[in-house]
Amino acid sequence: MSKNIREEFERWGKTTLNKAISKAPEREPSFKTTSHIELKRLYTPLDVADLDYCGELGFPGEFPFTRGVQPTMYRGRLWTMRQYAGFATPEETNKRYKYLLEHGQTGLSVAFDLPTQIGYDSDHPLSDGEVGKVGVAIDTLKDIEILFDGIPLDKVSTSMTINSTAAILLTMYIAVAEKQGIKSEVLQGTIQNDILKEYAARGTYIYPPLESMRIVTDIFAFCKNRVPRWNTISISGYHMREAGCTAVQEVAFTLTDGIAYVEAAIRAGLDVDSFASRLAFFFCCHNTFIEEIAKFRAARSLWAKIMKERFKAKKDESCMLRFHTQTAGCSLTAQQPDNNVVRVAFQALAAVFGGTQSLHTNSRDEAYALPTEDSVRLALRTQQLIAYESGVADMIDPFGGSYAVEALTDEIESKSMEYIEKIEAMGGAIKAIESGYIQGEIGESAYQYQKEIEAKKRIIVGLNLFQMEEEPLRDILRIKPEVEQYQKKKLARVKKERNNTKVKEALAVLKKAAQGTDNVVPPILEAVKLYATLGEISDTLREVFGEYRER
Amino acid sequence: MRYALCMEGSMSRKIRVLIAKPGLDGHDRGAKVIARALRDAGMEVIYTGIRQTPEQIANAAIQEDVDIVGLSSLSGAHNNLFPKVVNILREKGAEDILVFGGGIVPVDDIPGLKKAGIREIFQPGASTEDIIKYINENVKTT
Repeated sequence: MSKNIREEFERWGKTTLNKAISKAPEREPSFKTTSHIELKRLYTPLDVADLDYCGELGFPGEFPFTRGVQPTMYRGRLWTMRQYAGFATPEETNKRYKYLLEHGQTGLSVAFDLPTQIGYDSDHPLSDGEVGKVGVAIDTLKDIEILFDGIPLDKVSTSMTINSTAAILLTMYIAVAEKQGIKSEVLQGTIQNDILKEYAARGTYIYPPLESMRIVTDIFAFCKNRVPRWNTISISGYHMREAGCTAVQEVAFTLTDGIAYVEAAIRAGLDVDSFASRLAFFFCCHNTFIEEIAKFRAARSLWAKIMKERFKAKKDESCMLRFHTQTAGCSLTAQQPDNNVVRVAFQALAAVFGGTQSLHTNSRDEAYALPTEDSVRLALRTQQLIAYESGVADMIDPFGGSYAVEALTDEIESKSMEYIEKIEAMGGAIKAIESGYIQGEIGESAYQYQKEIEAKKRIIVGLNLFQMEEEPLRDILRIKPEVEQYQKKKLARVKKERNNTKVKEALAVLKKAAQGTDNVVPPILEAVKLYATLGEISDTLREVFGEYRER
Repeated sequence: MRYALCMEGSMSRKIRVLIAKPGLDGHDRGAKVIARALRDAGMEVIYTGIRQTPEQIANAAIQEDVDIVGLSSLSGAHNNLFPKVVNILREKGAEDILVFGGGIVPVDDIPGLKKAGIREIFQPGASTEDIIKYINENVKTT
């Protein structure tokens, strides 16, 4: 059978294809993906002749999970529609959450402002101009109470994009749930808690790497008993991709970070099967449709093998790569913003074909500001249209078996593995970040990408081709400067009304735990309940751990 | 002929640029790409890294004796932080150091920033060529 195909393929090449190319050459001498993988003109059974279906692909819900992590995938339950949202005050963000839930969003995703992410209260000098700008401002438990007012935390899952201050936000969430009469054991959600990518690409680190890893593993241990349904980490490639790396690098750097976290947890005394099933991941979905689908499948397959072979995980759940996806913000333009709606639709579709568990779709005004109600509603509708009208959610991994997708899945997997082995030879992700290797690779890819755009080797519709005279968008979300004053006043009031003696004592207990080896999360929980501020708790840890300085 | 070459050598020098990220914003893809493009175009470029205060940026600009400072902010703090850099440079007698900016800056904020002394703002979609051209046209090295 194969022999016939090979002969026929060669015959086709020499005759039909050759005739066509002689008349008119193809548009480019070669076509490459963003990862510089050269695409074949045509993939055939010859490209998957060695594919071991049961060994390499298997069935959804079973190792190596290439075709999907759940046995029924979207036929059982659609991906969670989880729009990243947050801005200005907790009061305003609470309104936006209710709006999104009303319009059919099925999970919450919290965006915090930079002071909150970096452990500064709204009244800190470095918070000047930043309060409430890129997310909601949170200073104390009081703000979290307002943020989730009227939202039943036992019925909705919440993802919080928070890293250096993840323990503080997690404990505030637990405290608020307690006030709603809900036990921490039933809470569902995620904290991003992925400090390594902060050093590599995102920048909201506070403490140095080893100390930060200690906090991460303390959180793993704490959640194992107290919040067992919580995703303790969202190991992220999104931000590194947004910083400019390729699809292959995105998989490689994310999984090496994952390896570092698993190693750290094991070193801290945790058994791999006790925490691994609660690790989650977060990827980008960029424009190159087929490459992205293959990327997600490759990531699942690779992680499963790493967990089984390297970390000897015994449970299948420990080998599952469950992930959230966000469509690529960096692919969207300020020029002709309606084009962004179409880009996002394609990207969202690729993520669904890739088997994502949860999805955020960007809004058309992404290049201008945080989304308005109208633009975020359309982004949500994009997901709903895919889910309810396109039919693609009615079967599992429909691209499985495609010669092109299987060949690309394989190629992305092996190219990512090359990178992973290189980084492991350097001593792992932490060493690769400390030496600047990962940052250098990301920066190089970003530079090449920009050069391609400026040389018109890479076309961005509306930007370097099909441009037009147009007015910039003016109806955009603006954060009022009064937000900062409002938060400062509220913070001052909370500080006045709380028991300051008890707060001081709680911070002293936290300091002692941080100086020793006790888990820091329980003292943080006690401190937040007493309305210690995020800044005070972060500063207490700063006193013990010091601050990280970029090379 | 020899005289002309000597003249040229002593009359122009490399443009010196400081690329800086004021405030808490950690998104430095643009700043890094621009820094590299300016270097490739023959300028001497210092990149401050993220999380710089206006004071730190102004001090670095003076210390490094740059001709021009490029500020990058995507976090919406530009109205507070960009003018502060300009003001501190003026206070320290370094008003000859030009300041421009880029990132996510609503077009309606540009007049206010220009009034505060920021010479130019580059918005999403600007090319490194645009910025190189701007600097070459506005910085005198003779």
